[in-house]
Amino acid sequence: MSKTVDEAAVRHIGKLSRIELTDEQVAAFGRQLASILEYFDKLAELDTEGVEPMPHAVELRNVLAEDSPGDSLPTEAALANAPQRDGDFFMVPKVIGDSQ
Amino acid sequence: MTAAGNLTELTAIELRDRIVSGDVSAEQAARAYLGAIAAREGTLHAYNEVWADRALERARAVDARRSAGKDIGPLGGVPLAVKDNMCTLYGRTTCSSKILAGFRSPYQATAVDKLEAAGAVILGKTNLDEFAMGSSTENSGFGPTRNPWDTARVPGGSSGGSAAAVAARMCAGALGSDTGGSIRQPAAFCGVVGLKPTYGRVSRYGLVAYGSSLDQIGPLARDVADAALLTGVISGHDPRDSTSVPRDVPDMLAALDAPPRPLRIGLPKEFYSDALDGEINRGIHAAAEIFRAAGASIVDVSLPHSRIDMDAAGKLSSHAAACYYIVAMAEASSNLARYDSVHYGHRTAGKCRDIVELYSLSRAEGFGEEVKRRIMLGTYSLSAGYYDAYYNKALKVRRLIKNDFDAAFELCDVLLCPAAPTTAFKLGEKTDDPLTMYLADIYTVSVNLSGLPGLSIPAGLSAAGMPIGMQLIGPVFSEPTLLAVGRMYEKASLTSRLVPPMARDA
Repeated sequence: MSKTVDEAAVRHIGKLSRIELTDEQVAAFGRQLASILEYFDKLAELDTEGVEPMPHAVELRNVLAEDSPGDSLPTEAALANAPQRDGDFFMVPKVIGDSQ
Repeated sequence: MTAAGNLTELTAIELRDRIVSGDVSAEQAARAYLGAIAAREGTLHAYNEVWADRALERARAVDARRSAGKDIGPLGGVPLAVKDNMCTLYGRTTCSSKILAGFRSPYQATAVDKLEAAGAVILGKTNLDEFAMGSSTENSGFGPTRNPWDTARVPGGSSGGSAAAVAARMCAGALGSDTGGSIRQPAAFCGVVGLKPTYGRVSRYGLVAYGSSLDQIGPLARDVADAALLTGVISGHDPRDSTSVPRDVPDMLAALDAPPRPLRIGLPKEFYSDALDGEINRGIHAAAEIFRAAGASIVDVSLPHSRIDMDAAGKLSSHAAACYYIVAMAEASSNLARYDSVHYGHRTAGKCRDIVELYSLSRAEGFGEEVKRRIMLGTYSLSAGYYDAYYNKALKVRRLIKNDFDAAFELCDVLLCPAAPTTAFKLGEKTDDPLTMYLADIYTVSVNLSGLPGLSIPAGLSAAGMPIGMQLIGPVFSEPTLLAVGRMYEKASLTSRLVPPMARDA
């Protein structure tokens, strides 16, 4: 079986992933994703009926911390790598509404 | 040989002992390594950043402690390197990604804290495949590292900078991280020792996350004893990592010369198919013979879900590799969502209509191709309609893979297999075909999926003069046994402590 990932599907995944893609990348990723997904389909050969999924290698449960106040990152340290800041805030472009 | 050459040829343990005795100073050791870096870094590009001034300052502080009669620690004055995906308070932490090009971490990884508390002198941060995604270090956003044995070849990856630096005597040892083989495979390609500890043994606090259920920090070292020393220093429960295991850390060096007797070594038959390169097959079987001659019994075991197949065209495949890449990419797509160009990291200079465009353009500019591919594949396998077929299916196969190991360890103490299907390949050889590159990890991924410790040890050279790596795998928390068995091989084989030609005449 040869899989294809069409252009619209690649663009949709790009959008979900928050990665802008060029037309060239859409074409190249389409081919590469198809061949990798075809490889992933190899798992369908295995019978996993009744097998419990294993999300972690070492299965620790309910790791709880003391509910007590501790030090947190100082404001200046937290903001030190900000691409853009305004006083004690991270600055971003306008989020709500269209810019027309 | 000059005095400096002698110093860089010592193991970490030998060097520390000579510093303690006053035979050499920590500053001399740091200068010797900085000299080796100056001589070879231009050719190899093992480091993203060298901390020359700070290293000398730290080394002088170790010397001052010693002069004052104080304990200098188990790594007192030993010059080490740290993979650049571990956060450090000094210098930059880039993950070899343009998206983090100028990033300075406001906190430090626990493993790095532990090295410094033990007296280590950190020489700098080593190159890697961007965000540890790759098997050759060619995916670095800042240019590839080259293999010290043959600069036309890759050092492996993703901890390729650490492996090359240890092999080329540009540090006495290093930290790497291993999500699917990223310590063991480059160790094999560069002819050094590499250990991926049991999942949860070493704190992941401050290790930039790739696949959180798989990632583990571990050492790359000149020999097994150095790997044991480094593992002991960085291990232990950390309340800042909820996946680190609250369990006492045994003395990794105490039992190093006392491997279990009787010792049963299992050969997983699925790893010795036609898919395996003939020279590597012979190398690993020669290692099995060395173990047999040293008194071990060799037993055949089976890991059916880690079987490696080869089709008529010579293409390799395995259920474990498919399972691994689905799990790792799903976790990566989630972990790398944090690079939003708001709190830190690269932000596009382009004009953006809204916040989504800001994210999408910044990420498009900051991430390399392989990182984009993995985020997209992970997003796809977690998306509505595909979740059961890919992600959930992979988690079920993961349990089958782990169950195979549990059954195998009923029959043997450790498993012996290759660390990689080939010796180091040439730069550019696999970059056009991502799927072929993924198969460089085919012998290592099952170990991460199952949370087990895996040790990669040099097992001689190929006819072309490239290191062959063997891998020993043990049950969870069996590091002392694994290291002792590795040490047993090292003593019996005389093939360890390989020195690449470029580092011989220093």
